[in-house]
Amino acid sequence: MAGDGLKDIKSEYDVIVIGSGLAGLTCANMLAKFDRSVLILEQHTKLGGLATWFKRKGGHIFDVSLHGFPAGMIKTCRKYWTPEIAKSIVQLKGIRFDNPQFSFSTTFDVNDFTRIMTDNFKIPREIVDDFFVTVRGMNFYDDQTMTTGELFNKFFPGREDVVRLLMEPITYANGSTLDDPAISYGIVFSNFMSKGVYTFQGGGTDKVVGDMETELIKNGVDIKTGSPAEKIVIENKKTAGVVVNGKTIKSNAVVSNGNLISTIRNLIGYENFSEKFIEEVKKVRINNSSCQVYIGIKKGEKIDYIGDLLFTSTAEKFDSKALCSKNITSRTFSIYYPATRPETGMYSVVSSTNANYQDWAYLSGEEYRASKEELIESTLNALDKYLPGIRGKIDWVEAATPKTFESYTLHVDGSSFGTKFEGLKVSMDLPTELPGVFHTGSVGIIMSGWLGAANYGVITANNVDKYLRL
Amino acid sequence: MTREDIRSTILEVIADIVPDEDLSALTGDVRIRDQIELDSMDFLDIIMELRKRYGVEVPEDDYMELATLDGSVNYLEPRMKEI
Ligand SMILES: Cc1cc2nc3c(=O)[nH]c(=O)nc-3n(C[C@H](O)[C@H](O)[C@H](O)COP(=O)(O)OP(=O)(O)OC[C@H]3O[C@@H](n4cnc5c(N)ncnc54)[C@H](O)[C@@H]3O)c2cc1C
Repeated sequence: MAGDGLKDIKSEYDVIVIGSGLAGLTCANMLAKFDRSVLILEQHTKLGGLATWFKRKGGHIFDVSLHGFPAGMIKTCRKYWTPEIAKSIVQLKGIRFDNPQFSFSTTFDVNDFTRIMTDNFKIPREIVDDFFVTVRGMNFYDDQTMTTGELFNKFFPGREDVVRLLMEPITYANGSTLDDPAISYGIVFSNFMSKGVYTFQGGGTDKVVGDMETELIKNGVDIKTGSPAEKIVIENKKTAGVVVNGKTIKSNAVVSNGNLISTIRNLIGYENFSEKFIEEVKKVRINNSSCQVYIGIKKGEKIDYIGDLLFTSTAEKFDSKALCSKNITSRTFSIYYPATRPETGMYSVVSSTNANYQDWAYLSGEEYRASKEELIESTLNALDKYLPGIRGKIDWVEAATPKTFESYTLHVDGSSFGTKFEGLKVSMDLPTELPGVFHTGSVGIIMSGWLGAANYGVITANNVDKYLRL
Repeated sequence: MTREDIRSTILEVIADIVPDEDLSALTGDVRIRDQIELDSMDFLDIIMELRKRYGVEVPEDDYMELATLDGSVNYLEPRMKEI
């Protein structure tokens, strides 16, 4: 097989992009717009990385990571992709919270949160305003020593209900905890809160990624799926290309969109770096993984509108560790109505929970199957509260675990959101250590999610273009 | 390019990046970001456009120089006068 799959690609490119997550795709598209010759190598058979979907019997199409993103995605799609992709983005107005501390629906923007915090939580208006001004003013160059927990304590001491309201959705969105730097919370939260939560309409992830692929091809990018990069070739302390299918394809720059740690450890190898850098690499913590349950409503069957995104929990209070526990108390339900895919007219529900890789990785085959079954059953029971009689309306249900995410994306420990905060510096410093080698993709909370990944792709494309001009 | 050309070039670049903003009343000596909605990605777009269109490289350490319209013209004048 070696060589066969590679016959229609060139022997040399300006840039090879390894991985086709949103960061890799956006980076490749920008580089093509800068008139660079670009090759994308993707190990999976589909483009998109975690921005993915799958089809099942009964006409079901499930979206994996399309639960909602910040308004900024509209601008990002318009500027770095096409106006048409940007125009298909709409706001999700029904965001619901339901837990032992509170239960209500919100449009998830500053105005509505201000209303909730003053009316429901009885926090003085000045404090609420002051909090929002503070988090919105946060930027990357600010003090990084204050934690998110300390930030909340400063404004809302002793108010666990407020902490839950402000933190739980963000923990779901990027795995961050109260111990992460306040600035990373501030930046991500302000992004979401600036105008609410958004999604694509008139076609799901398959449509968006398909449109992106069309655009890449139009811009002259060569794309190879089913092609895992084996090695980034380093010669004389800089990059010379990539080994794929046992063959070296030459390039002056390489961008890895694969997991940061496996890029450094496996694709490049520790021996190519200074000891000091490797010390920093070893300190980088991987983010948590996820479990999901995909629930397909029978064709022709309907469900009522109960909101778009439901943050539900039976836990007494917010606890980021408990959110990852295999003993699940908190679930986010995304309800997809026919507006998402008008051509099918179908409904589906995806339940997501944060999860620890370790809880799932070492089970025997039988334990693993039983745990998945339990996950499905408990999820359907939990959903029944919001959609009574749901079991009678479905004809497909299946679960994904950290093992599933690991096998589809090759992320270390099936990480859903890349690395913790310290990963960003390592990612950014990579080209200083090894000229011509770049990383892009989920790192450090700020650069993760659909918007963060796509924007990081642009930032990396800028650095690559600058480098190639030297 | 003359100073006037450079100024209109910058305005043209910004208009492409944020088409919904009204740039006609932009004051030259006030931070651009204080007058229109221009985030850090938009700013990066300006840098990338200048490089793509005119081959002008603005190192990260000099980004501050482009905070205002007047500052941008002063900074770019020696770098774009041959264009
Ligand atoms: C369950 C879940 C729900 C989520 N929900 C949301 C949401 O609602 N909103 C939101 O904004 N974000 C969400 N996210 C996060 C978002 O999906 C990711 O942050 C984003 O898609 C990551 O993009 P990326 O470019 O960093 O890389 P990834 O999507 O991780 O892609 C990396 C790519 O590199 C490929 N690759 C790796 N190694 C190699 C190799 N050696 N050779 C070739 N290819 C390789 C992989 O196959 C993959 O395609 C969710 C994530 C998960 C897991």
